[in-house]
Amino acid sequence: MTAGRVAGKRVLVTGAARGMGRSHAVRLAEEGADLILIDLCQSLPGLEYPLATPADLDETARLVRSHGRRAVTARADVRDGEALRAAVSAGVTELGGLDASVANAGVITAGTWDNTTAEQWRLVLDVNLIGAWNTCAAALPHLTERGGSLVNISSAAGIKGSPLTTPYTASKHGVVGMSLALANELAATSVRVNTVHPTGVATGMAPRSLHAMLEDRPDLGPIYSNALPVPIVEARDISNAVLFLVSDESRYVTGLEFKVDAGVTIR
Amino acid sequence: MGRLDGRVAFITGVARGQGRSHAVRLAREGADIIGIDICADIPANGYAMASPQELAETVKLVEAEDRRMIAAVADVRDFSAVRAAVDAGVAELGRLDIVCANAGIAPMSFRELTIEEELQQWDAVVGVNLAGPFHTVKAALPHLIGGGRGGSIILTSSTAGLRGFGGTGGSGLGYAASKHGVVGLMRSLANALAEHSIRVNTIHPTAVRTMMAVNPGMVEFLENNPQGGVHLQNPMPVDMLEPSDISDAVAFLACDEARYITGVTLPVDAGFCNKL
Repeated sequence: MTAGRVAGKRVLVTGAARGMGRSHAVRLAEEGADLILIDLCQSLPGLEYPLATPADLDETARLVRSHGRRAVTARADVRDGEALRAAVSAGVTELGGLDASVANAGVITAGTWDNTTAEQWRLVLDVNLIGAWNTCAAALPHLTERGGSLVNISSAAGIKGSPLTTPYTASKHGVVGMSLALANELAATSVRVNTVHPTGVATGMAPRSLHAMLEDRPDLGPIYSNALPVPIVEARDISNAVLFLVSDESRYVTGLEFKVDAGVTIR
Repeated sequence: MGRLDGRVAFITGVARGQGRSHAVRLAREGADIIGIDICADIPANGYAMASPQELAETVKLVEAEDRRMIAAVADVRDFSAVRAAVDAGVAELGRLDIVCANAGIAPMSFRELTIEEELQQWDAVVGVNLAGPFHTVKAALPHLIGGGRGGSIILTSSTAGLRGFGGTGGSGLGYAASKHGVVGLMRSLANALAEHSIRVNTIHPTAVRTMMAVNPGMVEFLENNPQGGVHLQNPMPVDMLEPSDISDAVAFLACDEARYITGVTLPVDAGFCNKL
């Protein structure tokens, strides 16, 4: 039995209650990591799909522990920098340190140019971009002495101009700029910063109206088509890339936009 | 149980340096290896190529991992020789899943050259670094497609394949152009081969501790130009990576954990490209 690829590392994951966040947490636990699991655990007005529940977060913690690893959970809103910092600090105290963070929490709205609202812009940028920044800022005080890995989940929409989700697309491009700037600033302290860019994954982040809008605009459909013969990928495919970036296998990888996108951005 | 149990990988430039490291790493994950190396000097290159003894040593190291290796001496500029080696390897090992186009040269020279010498360096570096991967992929493709199990092609580019710092000489420009060219090969192949579930990605190492970066000419240049190297320093506090750092990325791209990763330019560069 070989030691796990991230044995003994302590990793923060936001949006950890379900979907990709849960998958990252479980994959990291399988390879020996302890986890700080953070989620809002309540739905938000302005989104057309429900968010996770406290029971979902508990289930992620149970899955982590079933691999013999420790899990600390907290309910916190990534838009609230102070609350996030406090939750992370408490988790770090309990686990005895921090080695990496995965800024995974995200939301999406759908709309054409003439029905996208200012409220949607503010919500999506607040969660996806400022929330990712808050996550990095909450993790960094615990990382800069020994180095570490910040993994920020962007999207294929952080590389190409995915239509009908304009605030989402802009926020995910923003995550790239933020991450590349941080990668330069933090390289000297051996803190690595990378983004991950998934194509479509079946999770709870599902705005029903996008499907209808794409039916009205069949010309835009191919922009969302993968090159590889697979319509959507599994959360675990993204988690494998996260695992690589958290592990020491990538100890000199920083400033990377890591696409796990079945080729959707090269077609 | 390895992540590549039962797979077969074809690796060029396998006698030493990164190629040897990839062979041993992939073998440790369970793969059998088909490997080639030129094992002869290239006149326009400023440092020695690998020797037949080094190729034999790679075979020994792979066998020490309890895997098989079919090795041959072949120049990646010679398509027929590359094809013959791959065909023979597949005949022996039964299949092909992974291709690492790793062979490369960087014919440095730190004195004034005649234009004739520059033209020779250009031909050599573009031949090995760009025609080489083309030949490697063309020779491997019938086996990858014919196998019907998909596959992973990993082309070794460079930080010089993403950023422009090749200077004005035939060798530096040839290196920059060939390594950028590898990205073009990758992007077109990634699209063209997606329907076969064959993934194609590039890796972009910063300086790695191999003969290409640590040869007498390069060492002398850096000693005589202490300031000239500042621009080429890594943002992370490391002057040179180890071959195993690159092999870790190769192993990830080769295995099924990366089954939906294609069309990626993956820098393993301590932040080098991001700062330029």
